[in-house]
Amino acid sequence: MILRQLFSGDPPRSRVLLVLLIAILAGLLLAPFLFPGAKALNVAAKICIFIVLVASFDLLLGYTGIFSFAHTMFFGIGAYGVAIALSRMEPGWKAVAAGTAAALAVSVVLSLLIGLFSLRVKAMFYAMITLAVATAFQTLASQLSEFTGGDDGLTFQVPRLVSPGFSLSDHPFLGVALDGRLIGYYLLAAVTVALFLVMLRIVNSPFGRVLQAIRENAFRAEAIGYRTVVYRTISNVLSALFATLAGVLLALWLRYNGPDTSLSFEIMIDILLMVVIGGMGTLYGSVLGVTLFMIVQNYLQDLMKVGSEALKNVPLLRDLVHPDRWLMWLGLLFVLSIYRFPTGIVGKLRNRI
Amino acid sequence: MTSPTATAPAQEALPRVRTDLVPLLLVPVLALAALPLTGSFSTWVTLTFAGLAMGMIIFIIASGLTLVFGLMDVLNFGHGLFITLGAFMATSVISRMGAWVESPSLGRNLVAVGLAMALAMVGVGAVGFVFERLIIRPVYGQPLKQIMITMGGMIVGIELVKVIWGAQSVPLPLPTALGGSLLFGDAAVEKYRLIATVVGLAVFGIMLWVLSRTKVGLLIRAGVQDREMVESLGYRIGLLFFGVFIAGSALAGLGGVMWGMYQQSVTPEMGGAINILLFIVIIIGGLGSVGGCFIGALLVGLVANYTGFLAPKVALFSNILLMVIVLLWRPQGLYPVVKR
Repeated sequence: MILRQLFSGDPPRSRVLLVLLIAILAGLLLAPFLFPGAKALNVAAKICIFIVLVASFDLLLGYTGIFSFAHTMFFGIGAYGVAIALSRMEPGWKAVAAGTAAALAVSVVLSLLIGLFSLRVKAMFYAMITLAVATAFQTLASQLSEFTGGDDGLTFQVPRLVSPGFSLSDHPFLGVALDGRLIGYYLLAAVTVALFLVMLRIVNSPFGRVLQAIRENAFRAEAIGYRTVVYRTISNVLSALFATLAGVLLALWLRYNGPDTSLSFEIMIDILLMVVIGGMGTLYGSVLGVTLFMIVQNYLQDLMKVGSEALKNVPLLRDLVHPDRWLMWLGLLFVLSIYRFPTGIVGKLRNRI
Repeated sequence: MTSPTATAPAQEALPRVRTDLVPLLLVPVLALAALPLTGSFSTWVTLTFAGLAMGMIIFIIASGLTLVFGLMDVLNFGHGLFITLGAFMATSVISRMGAWVESPSLGRNLVAVGLAMALAMVGVGAVGFVFERLIIRPVYGQPLKQIMITMGGMIVGIELVKVIWGAQSVPLPLPTALGGSLLFGDAAVEKYRLIATVVGLAVFGIMLWVLSRTKVGLLIRAGVQDREMVESLGYRIGLLFFGVFIAGSALAGLGGVMWGMYQQSVTPEMGGAINILLFIVIIIGGLGSVGGCFIGALLVGLVANYTGFLAPKVALFSNILLMVIVLLWRPQGLYPVVKR
């Protein structure tokens, strides 16, 4: 009963999916102990951050049916908010709170403006406008170098509790040093789970139902009496807010932020791939999509290197499995998902009952 | 005897469409307004030609995009792929024609460049053929899927370009006789910019002629205004659209060659980087309008060059500013396309 409430009445509804989700959750929670090393912990943290980011994009794309290229802009606003606050103020939780609050305020204003101005128009037009705005913002961030550190970005101190120098005890626990990094990771994971459950609550509320109605048939939703522009704008603002929070998490984890880490167009493409491959319109899809993508991005290359070595004498095939071409295979999977299973992995699993 | 009397009133019943000349004036007005700001006449001439050349290349690339959108409401976010492909095909052609490229004779140089352009157009047109069939056809009328799938097509395409030509930037040198500048008084104008302007004008001229003087052009214009009507008259709009898409891709290939030569080097990312500029141009022009696209491209090119000279920091945002100003004046773009 409590579980059901936790899932907001939208449980995974597929045994395989449930097993996968539990495996991912367990993997993430035990990551520092199961996979020692800085790289593994980084991948696990990235998975957490991107789950929030991709789920918030799914709120917009999968649930409301709006395509926006400006999602990384809000991600970047969050990251820059914290980065600027922590590099100017005393590095403590007060600075984190101030930076987060400022970033959230900026995101609300911007998303509201973009939404009110352009959500009345066709999907195509909205996509183009957001692309232009996001590009302008990226240029702005790299130009205002006094404020944002320009292309070099900002490196800063994080609160002592989560900084690598902090140590809880001198004795490692199960072979893992109990330092600020580890605490930071668990805080990050906890925030991720909380934010994910909040989003799950939102999409399964009556409000979320209206968003889905708008996605299915905006005209009919309007005819029933819902003011679609208002709902779309709110959805736009909400997804921007969650993206901003994901940006805050990213900056705190990396202790660095620059235009390429949070604002670049590549990230936009990455989250698009993640949300579609995982399954649009199902928040669980973002969990699967992100995990798959991150594992492919970080570990498939090693596999492809082996393949590339083995095919050293076959000219074209060798280049096709070259480690740098991992994005091509994910791109193919993405195109195929749109045709063959538009609801992604999760949709496929749920329909298999 | 009866036919002239019968048609005369019918002709009167259709009032002549007044051509809207105000947007046309924007380009000369902008150029003249920049004259006092730039300070010297020779700088102004150089900048203006640079802007026109850039605008012409952008127009060549964007024209196909706007027509395809006008006809079928299909917006190809993967258009940048065709630009990259065209440019890379040109590097392959040019590098194999070493003697012709390095020869000082203008004629031989032009043959080499012409061949590169022709092959790029054919090659990219063929890719456009496949792209339309595989990527776009299955998702007609589903805008969200279209955006996503054309993006996906571009990702895979760009990666394939990297497989074939490598991921680094490849030089695309100008042939000997096309490099350097001509001097008009004090003003230096790069020869290549003159050529780009001429090619751009030629493409625009041919396109205007096709659109206004041929049956195909008539059908395209009619299709942009009312697709269903054209269909109900028995024309296969799908086929027409297919043809326009391939022609648009070929033009993007041509534009890619010209853009690559303009920058003298080619990278796999160049197409994606230009995409945003293309969208701004076709929004400024009015989605679906070729004339608007032409003026929009020239405006973008000129403004980019003037602001780049006067205030480099502003230049980074000049396109967006231009778009905002134009949209405040005409929310549907310079030449709104009348739709149902």
